[in-house]
Amino acid sequence: MTATPHLNTEHPKHNLTGFIIFLCSESVIFLAFFSGFALLKTAALNWLPPGVEGLEWRTPLLNTVVLISSSGTIWLAERCMSKGNLMGFRAFWLLTMALGAYFLYGQALEWSGLQFGLTSGVFGGTFYLLTGFHGLHVATGVFLMGLMLVKSFIPQNYAGGEQGVQATSLFWHFVDVIWIILFVLIYVWQRS
Amino acid sequence: MTSATFPPSPPENTSWSRYFGFNTDAKVIGIQYIVTAFFFFLIGGLLAMIIRGELITPAADLVDRTVYNGIYTMHGTIMLFLFIFPVLNGLNNLLIPTMIGAPDMAFPRLNAVAFWLVPIFGALLIGSFFVPGGPAYSGWWSYPPVSTQNPLGHFINGQGLWITAVALSGVSSIMGALNFVTTILRMRAPGMGFFRMPVFCWTALAAQSLQLIGLPALTGGAVMLLMDLSFGTSFYQPEGGGDPVLYQHFFWFYSHPAVYVIILPVFGIFSELFPVYSRKPLFGYVYVCLASFIIVALGLVVWVHHMFPSGVAQWMRNFFMFSTMLIAVPTGVKVFAWLGTIWRGKLRLTTPMLFCLGGLFNFVFAGITGIMLATVPVDIHVSNTYFVVGHFHYVIYGAAVMGIFAAIYHWFPKFIGRMPYEGLGKVHFLFTFVGANLNFLPMHPLGLMGMPRRVSSYDPEFAFWNVLASLGAFLLGVSIIPFLLNMVSSWVRGPKAPHNPWNAIGLEWLLPSPPPEDNFGEHVPTVIARPYGYGTGEPLVEHQAEIENQLTLQEASA
Repeated sequence: MTATPHLNTEHPKHNLTGFIIFLCSESVIFLAFFSGFALLKTAALNWLPPGVEGLEWRTPLLNTVVLISSSGTIWLAERCMSKGNLMGFRAFWLLTMALGAYFLYGQALEWSGLQFGLTSGVFGGTFYLLTGFHGLHVATGVFLMGLMLVKSFIPQNYAGGEQGVQATSLFWHFVDVIWIILFVLIYVWQRS
Repeated sequence: MTSATFPPSPPENTSWSRYFGFNTDAKVIGIQYIVTAFFFFLIGGLLAMIIRGELITPAADLVDRTVYNGIYTMHGTIMLFLFIFPVLNGLNNLLIPTMIGAPDMAFPRLNAVAFWLVPIFGALLIGSFFVPGGPAYSGWWSYPPVSTQNPLGHFINGQGLWITAVALSGVSSIMGALNFVTTILRMRAPGMGFFRMPVFCWTALAAQSLQLIGLPALTGGAVMLLMDLSFGTSFYQPEGGGDPVLYQHFFWFYSHPAVYVIILPVFGIFSELFPVYSRKPLFGYVYVCLASFIIVALGLVVWVHHMFPSGVAQWMRNFFMFSTMLIAVPTGVKVFAWLGTIWRGKLRLTTPMLFCLGGLFNFVFAGITGIMLATVPVDIHVSNTYFVVGHFHYVIYGAAVMGIFAAIYHWFPKFIGRMPYEGLGKVHFLFTFVGANLNFLPMHPLGLMGMPRRVSSYDPEFAFWNVLASLGAFLLGVSIIPFLLNMVSSWVRGPKAPHNPWNAIGLEWLLPSPPPEDNFGEHVPTVIARPYGYGTGEPLVEHQAEIENQLTLQEASA
């Protein structure tokens, strides 16, 4: 094997470009699920399965507030990082992780109290598909943040590490925006 | 730039073993893709031979009807997801980095992972022949409610494996697309602005953008289909409030653009090869480049033309008929550009040029039947008949596969370092061109007469055209023999290829054959002109004469 290093490749800037392209592509899956939801809901004769009154909105609203504020804390963490304040970065980063984890807890709490399941018609199917797929993204985000937090303790790691922080933060904002759309579609738009 | 360190010396490691492992070199991955794709091409082709063998007589006498359903489903699925897409990704891997002067892809490890997913989902798909109940049998588009039936009740069934394989194929293609787009956007040689980029890279960028936009929709739709099949949801089941037509929207939102993902790189191949073998610059270079992106934009809003008989609203029929016809305009721009390139050129009828000319001829024919199919009344009349089958086989075999063969013959010397044999190549071309037309032309009268697709027996009045089509199919089957013979024998003991056997212009032809692992390494030439300067005498890059002298000296001393 010729020992020539890959020169322009593995350039950190490419990673961010690639990640942004990936997020654009990923948003199409949500777009597909959202438009499918809207189509099924507008066409439905009986949207709610028998015995279900609608969705309770207090827990999800609290969750929404938590997730939106976590977008703020991750922004603060990034600012600390760019100013070289590593401890501040870790503090806000950890806070963001905690808020993300709380969101997942709130989601689990909501799921466990529901009267319908995945197979309760299109209503149940779309509800669990959308919230579940989004929750998977939240969990991924928390995992990525944990990875970046560990990385921040490895000395001399910031040549490539900062790109990871930027990408994770971008991903987190993405997850946040998706949730806002999802919240409006599922919880605000209750009447068909 | 010092020409003493340039050109880089040819690669030292040419051991066979690197093709069988996890290798991150785009040129190795490219060949891995192409060879894997042709392995599946043989399986898909064998299934086609069984289909045409069944259809040579009106009675269903060769295979059982349910087996026949599985065979045409797997034929379509294998040819699309395991042959065409991998073979094109192979060409992308070989050509994009060398054409833009990059040492490798932007994400070499991701690239290797994307490739290794292909044999994995390939094995899943082929494995579905051996599960109880056999493979998926609902056609390559797997419409519900047929695709959500699981009569035997096994959790692992042909349809479930089919959906999993298609979703994995989507993951692999998205990884590839991400890589190709990032590479083209960020790793071009100095001086290579977008309007100095070879058309193949333009079309690859266009096609891979379509993958990124379209594939997630299919993946989402497939996830919902799998949940309906295996977990009891009812997204597509009317009895649970679902809508089977929703799946068709998801499926065609991707699978129509998928046709452009296939044909755009082939347009790129035509645009590369016609100038080389006509010794003239590409006619209307800028318009050919821009037309690719107009095709992308229009290609995203035509998908409902596959659903005219599915009970869609009249305004949708009108709108999608119009947008479908509109796409003929940018496509026509390209066809005229190629004709303008060939016009009064000094044609050299080598094997790659013959495949290009044949492919162009078939493509124009497919375009004409495409306009017919875009018209709602005609479409409803011939929907689900052999007319449709004939149309898309002209596109996919007649144009795309022939373009791919042209590309293989053209760039084989560059990446393998040996010349393919012209005589065998011309026999291959003759069999392919005659075989394809004999196979697919009779499908049009059959469709107009009303012969439905996906049936294993038919009325005896259809027998004449079916016999012709089957004979054409068998000729196509035979045509692969000179191709494989050529590839294997020239790879093993063909004459050594010089760095530029066709006198072509392009960065890839300023590299030794085969190129070293990191291509130009640190000494990427600066591009100073548009591509395709045939007959103008203008150099493409700085110090071009020195580079070429060095390469010639290097070859003489080897």
